[in-house]
Amino acid sequence: MSIDSGALAASTTQQTEQQGGAHRKGKPALSEGKKAERRLGLLLCAPAAIIMVAVTAYPIVYALWLSFQRYDLRFPADRAFAGFANYAAVLTSEYWWRAFLVTMIITIVSVAIEFVLGLALALVMHRTIVGRGLTRTVVLIPYGIVTVVAAFSWQFAWTPDKGYLAAMLPEGAAPLTGQVSAILLIILAEVWKTTPFMALLLMAGLALVPDDLLKAAQVDGAGPWQRLTRIILPMMKPAILVALLFRTLDAFRVFDNIYILTQGSNGTGSVSMLGYDNLFKAFNLGIGSAISVLIFIAVALIAFLFIKIFGAAAPGSDEGKR
Amino acid sequence: MATTVESRPATPARGSSKGAGMSEGQKKTWWAVADLVVLLYALVPVLWILSLSFKTTDTITDGNFFPRSWTLDNYAQIFQIGLFTAALRNSIGIALISTVLAVVIGTMAAYAIARLDFPGKKALVGVSLLIAMFPQISLVSPLFDIFRGIGIFDTWLGLILPYITFALPLAIYTLSAFFREIPWELEKAAKMDGATPLQAFRSVIVPLAAPGVFTTAILVFIFCWNDFLFAISLTSTSRSQTATVAIANFTGASQFAEPTGSIAAAAVLLTIPIIVFVLFFQRRIVAGLTSGAVKG
Repeated sequence: MSIDSGALAASTTQQTEQQGGAHRKGKPALSEGKKAERRLGLLLCAPAAIIMVAVTAYPIVYALWLSFQRYDLRFPADRAFAGFANYAAVLTSEYWWRAFLVTMIITIVSVAIEFVLGLALALVMHRTIVGRGLTRTVVLIPYGIVTVVAAFSWQFAWTPDKGYLAAMLPEGAAPLTGQVSAILLIILAEVWKTTPFMALLLMAGLALVPDDLLKAAQVDGAGPWQRLTRIILPMMKPAILVALLFRTLDAFRVFDNIYILTQGSNGTGSVSMLGYDNLFKAFNLGIGSAISVLIFIAVALIAFLFIKIFGAAAPGSDEGKR
Repeated sequence: MATTVESRPATPARGSSKGAGMSEGQKKTWWAVADLVVLLYALVPVLWILSLSFKTTDTITDGNFFPRSWTLDNYAQIFQIGLFTAALRNSIGIALISTVLAVVIGTMAAYAIARLDFPGKKALVGVSLLIAMFPQISLVSPLFDIFRGIGIFDTWLGLILPYITFALPLAIYTLSAFFREIPWELEKAAKMDGATPLQAFRSVIVPLAAPGVFTTAILVFIFCWNDFLFAISLTSTSRSQTATVAIANFTGASQFAEPTGSIAAAAVLLTIPIIVFVLFFQRRIVAGLTSGAVKG
């Protein structure tokens, strides 16, 4: 992956050079000060690195190992090497493919809607001439609110006889119990919660578009739509790709909203729901670990596609290059 | 060049995308309408759960957006359930400890990344990026097994560890972005006066970095407060169950009791800290969220 923290260092060197070359002389290889700096750097990073590796890398390797075993928590004595049997079981199961399909649909549709809505919201927050502080404050509420809380709000709202939204539907409609309508409501809950985050990231990109340029384009006769598609969006491309990458991977993990809204019933479960149910309803660690590994691979593929094909720069990677 | 051609009224720059033929007043109205839409968008679901929490048992299923008769019973009720009080205590304790630890560890790492030259810096930035994208469900099965093995399943520590881990990328990116804005000449001056790098860090940089650290702490707290997947997978009793899990498990006092009111009241309590942060630190949160992600 194109992670290039050298750029981080580059920006700091630039700063030091601006101060008239008072920079510590780097020529004599590893002076005492340089060595101390390296030691301090490693020392300061060690706790973060150790925790992150211990809590993610080790378990995922352990999951890989478990995924090749027959390991049912109800029959721990039967634990044995099973080769690819768990993967075969998962990949030939209609549950996995249905969950995968549902997850992909939720991810693609909600990220697409969030992008359009988020862009509109970013434009409002960036350009509004009245109540700018107010809009920027209220959009943080969906971002900050606990997902489970928001999910309950939607669940109650769509429950017949209880909710104000269900009351607007025709008599007898129970949208949370149909597959298509329930998936739409899950998407709605996701979109509501995360559009503000998307909008804030996009607004930061908007701030980089110079007003003068837009004014000049307007003088030259460019309409609002042309200014958006020819100037604003191209200039925002790095911000857009970062926002899309992060939201796509985040949406792929969808769990909280589904757990509260439908419990994954009627074919609305995502891959995360499947992994959870497998562990806590089927108690099968071998299969559960195979699911873990498959989800990990899927996420790695999505990230790879974004970074290689769309050229999304990982945040932090081109920092200071402006 | 824009100024030479600019013969229009002095202000159209702001609302220009919509405002070709509009007067100033019309434009204001247009933006006020847009603001109102945003306001309703953000607040309606929150007001709905607030309204539910004040409804009486016999009106809670009437489907009205506003309560017809008001009561505080729902709030009184959830505090009578020992389960929720314990869960709230767990949530607050776990989120605070995780926040403090993640911010301390993240500050150290971010300082090193922003300021020091050392081998492995690239690797650390890369690892934090990978973790920011990591599918948390992939960890649930293995952590469940590992934590049971080493005896920290269903303990505070068993949640604090994953929370710190997933908060660290956020902390490191946000903090290193803030750290890059700090006037480093001051640190150099301190070093010239004979301070060691560590002293310079402690007495010069830490006070300057405090606003950024504080902002990061808010973001990390919101993240920990919000978690559901780890909390529901890695806990099993009120010893460490957090409030999000407790709410999801509310079933009402008896099998036939309606838990909606209790859930709504508990949900409102969980939302209060978020509303407080948002109202008082709006600017900081926006700066923190955007600084890490889209600089440059």
